[in-house]
Amino acid sequence: MREDRRRLAGPGGALGRAAVRLVPALALLREGRVWSGLLLLAVPAGLLAVAVLRFDRLVPFVVSGAMDQRLAVLTLVVGLVSSWWMAERGRRRLPLEGGAGPVGPRPRDPLLRAFLGMPTGVAALVVIVLFYLTALLTPLLAPFDPAMQGDLVTGRLLPPSRDHLLGTDQFGRDQLSRLLYGARISLVIGLVAVTVAVTLGTVVGAVAGYAGGWIDAVLMRVVDMVISFPRLVLLIAIVALFQPSILLIMVILGLTQWPHIARIVRGEVMSVREREFVVAGRVLGFRPSRVLVRHVLPNSLAPVVVAATLGVGDAIVVEAILSFLGLGVRPPTPSWGVMVAEGRAHMLGAWWLAAVPGMAIVAVVLAFNLAGDALRDAMDPRRRT
Amino acid sequence: MAVFLLRRLLLAIPMVLGVATLVFLVLEVAPGDATARYAAPGVAPEALEQMRRNMGLDRPAGERYLRWMGAMLRGDFGVSLSRNEPVREVLAQTLPNTLLLSATALILAFGGGILLGTLQAVRAGGVVDRGISITTLLFYSMPSFWLALMLILVFSVQARNVWDWPFWFPASGMVSLDHGFLGSREQILDRIRHLTLPSVSLALVLAAGIARYMRASLLEVLSLDWVRTARAKGIPEWRVVVEHAMRNALGPVATLFGLYLPVLFSGTVVIETVFAWPGMGKLMVDSIFQRDTPVVLAAAFLFALLVIVGNLVADLLHALLDPRIRPAARAR
Repeated sequence: MREDRRRLAGPGGALGRAAVRLVPALALLREGRVWSGLLLLAVPAGLLAVAVLRFDRLVPFVVSGAMDQRLAVLTLVVGLVSSWWMAERGRRRLPLEGGAGPVGPRPRDPLLRAFLGMPTGVAALVVIVLFYLTALLTPLLAPFDPAMQGDLVTGRLLPPSRDHLLGTDQFGRDQLSRLLYGARISLVIGLVAVTVAVTLGTVVGAVAGYAGGWIDAVLMRVVDMVISFPRLVLLIAIVALFQPSILLIMVILGLTQWPHIARIVRGEVMSVREREFVVAGRVLGFRPSRVLVRHVLPNSLAPVVVAATLGVGDAIVVEAILSFLGLGVRPPTPSWGVMVAEGRAHMLGAWWLAAVPGMAIVAVVLAFNLAGDALRDAMDPRRRT
Repeated sequence: MAVFLLRRLLLAIPMVLGVATLVFLVLEVAPGDATARYAAPGVAPEALEQMRRNMGLDRPAGERYLRWMGAMLRGDFGVSLSRNEPVREVLAQTLPNTLLLSATALILAFGGGILLGTLQAVRAGGVVDRGISITTLLFYSMPSFWLALMLILVFSVQARNVWDWPFWFPASGMVSLDHGFLGSREQILDRIRHLTLPSVSLALVLAAGIARYMRASLLEVLSLDWVRTARAKGIPEWRVVVEHAMRNALGPVATLFGLYLPVLFSGTVVIETVFAWPGMGKLMVDSIFQRDTPVVLAAAFLFALLVIVGNLVADLLHALLDPRIRPAARAR
C-alpha cells in the first residue's frame, strides 16, 4: 500500500506532485498510458512553445480591445481550465493520498474507451483540437497581417516560398495568414449554427414526440415543408431579401438545419416515452414538463450529439458555399469560401490559391464527419469491438 | 393501388400550400418591399406610395396572403424586374437545362454508388472495402464547388494547356460556340462533353452517401438465412449477390432517392454557377445580384415543388415495385 502510494506520488516529491496536478497528462504517462499521455501532453507543450516563440505578440494578444480577440482569449482560458478540471476530477478518484479502495488506473467511461479505441476517431479528434487551437491562437501563429498588401508589382501571386509558405494572393497578401484567420470564421459559424439548430430542433422534436396527437402532426408537417426546400435554395432566397452579415448567415444556417435534429429527437423521445422509468414518473404524478425535461430528454440526446458533430461539418461547408457564391462573408474578410472564389480567377497561373483553402475545408469537415461516425459507433453497443 | 395513389396525391397538396406559405412568410419577415428598388433621392415619397397601392402592398396581410397563394397556384409569378419578361417564361427557359443536369447526375450517382457499395459489401472488411470507404468519405466531405474547380483544373485547364492530353472537357456552358456548325453526331458529342464535368462533380458527392447505404443494406441481406440456402444449393456466388441479394437490398436504397433530391438541387445551384450552366440555379444566383426578387422566390418555390413531385413519383414507383407497402398504406 505504501509502495503504491509512493509510486503514484512519483519522483520529485512536492515539485513533481505540483507538476502532475498542473499537467494531467503527466499522471497518464506515469500510469503507463504512454500514447494518450503524450497526445495530451502535446497541447500544453504546443501552447508553451507558441508562447515562447511569439513572446513579443503575447501581450497585445491578451489585452487587445477587439471583440473577436477578447472572445478568443476568453474561449481559450475557459477551454483550458475546464479540460484541466475534467482531467483533474477524473484523476482525483484515485486514492492518491491513502484512501480506501484499489489503487491503479481509474476505469474509464465505456463510451470514452470505445471512442478512443477507434484510430479514426482519435485522429479526427486531434485534427479538431488542432483546428480550434489554431483558430483561437491565430494572431500568435500568423506570420503576417492578413490584410497587409504586398508590392503590387513584384509581390502578387507569388508561388509558395520560404517567406510566404503558401504564396501570396492577387493583392500580395500572405495566403497562409489569411488561411489561419479564415479558420476563425469557420469555427464561429459552425458552433453558432449548430447551437441554434440543436436548441430549436430539440425543443420542437421533444414536444412533438412527447405530446403526440395533433401537436405532433402539425409540427412534423412544418418540418416536412422546411425539408422540402433544398437547403441552399432556401438560404439563397433568405440572403436575397436581407442584408447579408456573418450573424445572419450563422442564424439562418441554424434555422435551416433544425428540422433534421427535430426528427431525430422526436423518434428518440417516442421510444423513451414508453420505458418503465418514464411511466413510473407519470404514475408518481410528476408534471409532464418535468418528466420530459428531467427523465425523457437526458435519455434521448445521444443521437443528437452525433447529429450535432456531423452538423458542424455541414455548417462549415454551407458557409463556404455561400461565401464562394458571394452571398456570405464579404471580402476582404478572409473566409475559406471567399479565398477559393478569389483564387478561381488565377487557376491557370496560381492554382494553389484555390486548391489550398479547399483542402483546409476538406480536412476539417472530414475530421468532423469521422468523429461523428466514431461517436455513433461508440454509442452503438452492437458495433463496439 | 388506386386508393394508395389518391391518398398520396392528397398528401402532396397541403405540402405545396405549405411551401408557398413559407416563401410568403420569408418575404413578409424581410425588411423593405418591392418598391425599395425604386427608392432614390429624386423619387417623391408620394410616388412610392402610389406604387405601393398599385401593387396592392397597402392591403392587409391576410388579403395579400390569399392573393399570393392564388397567384402561386396559378403559376403566375409576376414579372422579372431585370428582364421585363414574365417570370414564368424565364423559368421555362432554364428548367429543362436543370432537369437534364440533375437527371444525369442522379443516374450517375445511383449507378456508381450502388456499384461501389456492392463491391464493398462483397469484400467486407478487406482492403477494397476500407479503401472505398475512405475515398467515399473524402468525397462526401468535399464542398461541391471546390471539387468542381479541381476537376476543371485537372481536366480542362491543365489537360488542355499544360499536359497536352488527347482529351479534355470544356469548363463552361452547355454547347461550344461553333455548335450550330457541327454535324448532328458531333453536336450530340459536344453536348455530352459539356455535360461530363458538371454531372460528375454533382454525382461524386452523392454517390459517396449512396455507397455507404448500399453497403450496409447489402451486408444485412447477405447475412439472412435464405442467402445461405441459395449458396448451399450451389448457385454461383455472383448470382447469389446480383440476382438474389441485391434485389432485396435495393429497397432501402431507393428511399434515399427522396432524401437526396433536396441535396441534389442544392448542389445543382452551386454547380450550375461554377460551370455557367444556364439552369434555374444559376438564374437564381444571378437574379440576387440583379435584385430580381420575383425570380428568386419563384425559383425557390419551383425547386421545392420539384422535390415534392420527385418524392411523389418515387413513392409511386416504390409501391409498384414493392407490394408490401400498399396494404400498409391502406391500414393507416
